[in-house]
Amino acid sequence: MPLLSLITYAPLAGVVAILALKLFGGSEAKSAETSKWVALIVTLATLALSVLLVARFDPANPGFQFLEETPWFMGLSYRMGVDGISILFVLLTAFLMPLCIMASWRSIETRVHEYLIAFLVLETLVIGVFCALDLVLFYIFFEFGLVPMFLIIGIWGGARRVYAAFKFFLYTLLGSVLMLAAILFMIGISGTSSIPELMTYSFAPEVQTWLWLAFFASFAVKMPMWPVHTWLPDAHVEAPTAGSVILAGILLKMGGYGFLRFSLPMFPNASDYFTPLVFALSVIAVIYTSLVAFRQTDVKKLIAYSSVAHMGLVTMGIFSGNAEGEQGAIYQMLSHGVISGALFLCVGVIYDRMHTREIKFYGGLVTRMPVYAAVFMLFTMGNVGLPGTSGFVGEILSMTGVYQVSTWTAILAATGVILSAVYMLTLYRAVVFGPMTNPKLEGITDLNWREVAIFAPLIVSTLYMGVQPNSVFNLTQASVDQLVRVYQAAIGG
Amino acid sequence: MISAHLAYAYPELILAVGALALLVVGAFMPKQTGLVGWASVLVLLAAAVASATQPFGVAFSGGLISDAAATFSKVAIYVASAVAIPLGQPWFERRGVKNFEYPVLILLAALGMGMMASSGDLISLYVGVELHSLALYVMAAMHRDNAKASEAGLKYFVLGALSSGLLLYGASLIYGFAGSTLFSEIAAAAGNEANTGLLFGLVFVICGLAFKVSAAPFHMWTPDVYEGAPTPVVAFFAAAPKLAAMVLFARVLGDAFAGAAGQWQQVLVAIALISVAVGAFAGLVQKNLKRLWAYSSIANVGYALLGLASGTSDGVQAMLVFMVLYMIDVTGFFACLAALSRQGRSMETVEDMAGLIKEQPGIALAMTVFSLSALGLPPFSGFFGKVFVFKAALDAGLWGPAVIGLVGSVVAAFYYLRLIKVMWFDGSTGATDKPPFEAKAIAIVTALFAFPVVILALGWLDPLAERAAHAFGLA
Repeated sequence: MPLLSLITYAPLAGVVAILALKLFGGSEAKSAETSKWVALIVTLATLALSVLLVARFDPANPGFQFLEETPWFMGLSYRMGVDGISILFVLLTAFLMPLCIMASWRSIETRVHEYLIAFLVLETLVIGVFCALDLVLFYIFFEFGLVPMFLIIGIWGGARRVYAAFKFFLYTLLGSVLMLAAILFMIGISGTSSIPELMTYSFAPEVQTWLWLAFFASFAVKMPMWPVHTWLPDAHVEAPTAGSVILAGILLKMGGYGFLRFSLPMFPNASDYFTPLVFALSVIAVIYTSLVAFRQTDVKKLIAYSSVAHMGLVTMGIFSGNAEGEQGAIYQMLSHGVISGALFLCVGVIYDRMHTREIKFYGGLVTRMPVYAAVFMLFTMGNVGLPGTSGFVGEILSMTGVYQVSTWTAILAATGVILSAVYMLTLYRAVVFGPMTNPKLEGITDLNWREVAIFAPLIVSTLYMGVQPNSVFNLTQASVDQLVRVYQAAIGG
Repeated sequence: MISAHLAYAYPELILAVGALALLVVGAFMPKQTGLVGWASVLVLLAAAVASATQPFGVAFSGGLISDAAATFSKVAIYVASAVAIPLGQPWFERRGVKNFEYPVLILLAALGMGMMASSGDLISLYVGVELHSLALYVMAAMHRDNAKASEAGLKYFVLGALSSGLLLYGASLIYGFAGSTLFSEIAAAAGNEANTGLLFGLVFVICGLAFKVSAAPFHMWTPDVYEGAPTPVVAFFAAAPKLAAMVLFARVLGDAFAGAAGQWQQVLVAIALISVAVGAFAGLVQKNLKRLWAYSSIANVGYALLGLASGTSDGVQAMLVFMVLYMIDVTGFFACLAALSRQGRSMETVEDMAGLIKEQPGIALAMTVFSLSALGLPPFSGFFGKVFVFKAALDAGLWGPAVIGLVGSVVAAFYYLRLIKVMWFDGSTGATDKPPFEAKAIAIVTALFAFPVVILALGWLDPLAERAAHAFGLA
């Protein structure tokens, strides 16, 4: 049984079922309700399958597992497989999707069928990105993911949704067509499109430089790195809550995954050559976007900028080229996927009730929403990187990795940790503490059972990953070690 | 002796005899338009079968070539022409134009296109081009009560005649300097570096053909003609004639001037890039969808020419795959437009499509697929066409033009996205009429081809196109 394809395409079964419900399911409202259950069950089944995948995964093997291969045209193949790095992203995607469906349960009222279909298609595509082992197949999944996200932002988004959707699409497309050119060029000179084979193929150093830049254009936009991050705050602010969760939680990780899968192993010399550039951009991202985050008046925008800052730490860790840095970066990505997703859900909770995201509007919520205040507190601390939460492990490890390569970079990046405390705690104080001056907030209600059910797994995983990082490292260890060994050997370090 | 050559020309004979016979049937039984229509479809399918099974060889002293390339393109051309008949005839009848000439003209155009695809010398090249062009001019003006259609037909005719003049002038120069009209002998005369006279003639021929494929800077007629001509006619002449003219391009460049690839490559790269740029930028300001798609087709022809400009067998193969996939897209898109109307009035502007996903979800979905495919987004067919073209261009060392072409597609993305935005994000402006069955069916079937059928179809399209490409004299 091809388990990977099953996981990848399982959500499409939900799409078929929801389409059938839409066409033959009777009244719009009733079939929409059923469709939500269908989507939830399908995403939970996908999660169960991914857990099975992790259980069957052999952590000692650094190579790709669960391989599938069918020849296609022009020498291309349908090739799938996971290693210790990608398997975690598959799990993260499958984990966040049911939560997104639940988060949209009441907040999405129009065109519910289409909304659920867009999410399920997106899940298939994102899982496909992490499992694809053929360059063109990877590109297909990577690029088509733009369409459901474009529709999610454009149809169910806020007031400036059209602007945000176009900006998101065109920015990302410009980056990825350059990657397409690089992909076709690589197939032309190496004669293969298989990612595992290309990971061991050595391109001439001058060729590497151009290829690296082309891939960088795509992944830097996706990540996003300063100065091409400007689409992200717009997209986040306008997207519906679940859209933001997917965007911050998973789509941004495709950039980091791309660096780990393509840039480092395939173009090691170019990666080494450009490391100072990446470090510089990352440091600017960490400091500059943290300061920008501090000045925001919109809760979602603040968290969006904080995402850019946190991704700066990830790129830094990746390009440190040592095991600590890579492990830290991967851990940071997973942790950020959970925590930023949770923070956007926290915003969604108060937005659903009050329909505004202005920080000034809120204040003193703790008196009316004690449970919410506690949950929000936990994720605020996680975002700051408090020891005991998953955020801490990723930050400390990636900075350790960077410190070995460039002391100054690590020191400057460390200020980001302080700055993140500044803006997150300011946000938390303004929204949750203080006197409740706004009379409109008097009637606000605390979390209901559905919201508690959404937050519970996020809380558990944040804390579990905070105290038991080895459960993750055991999976990634072998693959990361091999990645670092090959990279160091290639650059002669 | 002639009879031995006839076997190579069965498709042409079937079409010629069929067209003339149906003309007589139509003239004596003017009420039987449906009969003529369906009989024409059968004639076209018979010609497609005949070209799929015909023996390979050279007939009529080299004037007609029957090879894998001719077979490949003729089957595609005849099938695309056959689709245009059930799409167009009911459309005209709903608008009070009941005629039997439409299918007969399509037969004659298909005959001309088939000749273009298998022409082996300058004479059969010119006869083929003229035959199909004359049929198209009439078809553009066929909706004769409509002032715009008449204008389109006249404009098409005047500019088309100009381009034929250029073609003929170039052909006579080539004949003068090579001493023969046969491609094989021109190739011998041109050798690896054509002399100035031949080159001069070649440039004129390229200009004339660029007119026919509507490549910039010879594209001026395209938006006006697309806008004015009846929608199903546009669905026809935006598809098959483009392929025929591209194959003819490959014949001239790949058979007659294969050795001089280094000399014509730069001309083609320039035309290709100007087309991509014009198509991308001028499309941004279009409000009428038919004009918009005219610019889109200019850009897409630019991509196909980029494949040809590679000057390799892979490049020709890429061009063939690209054009076939593009033909299906463009036929489908215009079928969608032909299917849509609001209170009897055609819906032709971008604004008309507001909220279409609620009114006509099937057609709106199909139009979304065609837009994304024309934009070159995976996993739709247009993406695979672009993969072929850009890979060929990159392998031939044309990385600069390839990158420019790809960036051009990002600019063009804006107008495709705007159409999707209007259909999906905006509110509806009123109920649409029930779409006619045949147009909707063609739209849905072609959309299903664009995705997901293409995923499987590439498995056999790729080797067929490869065999076809090897028929040319390029490396």
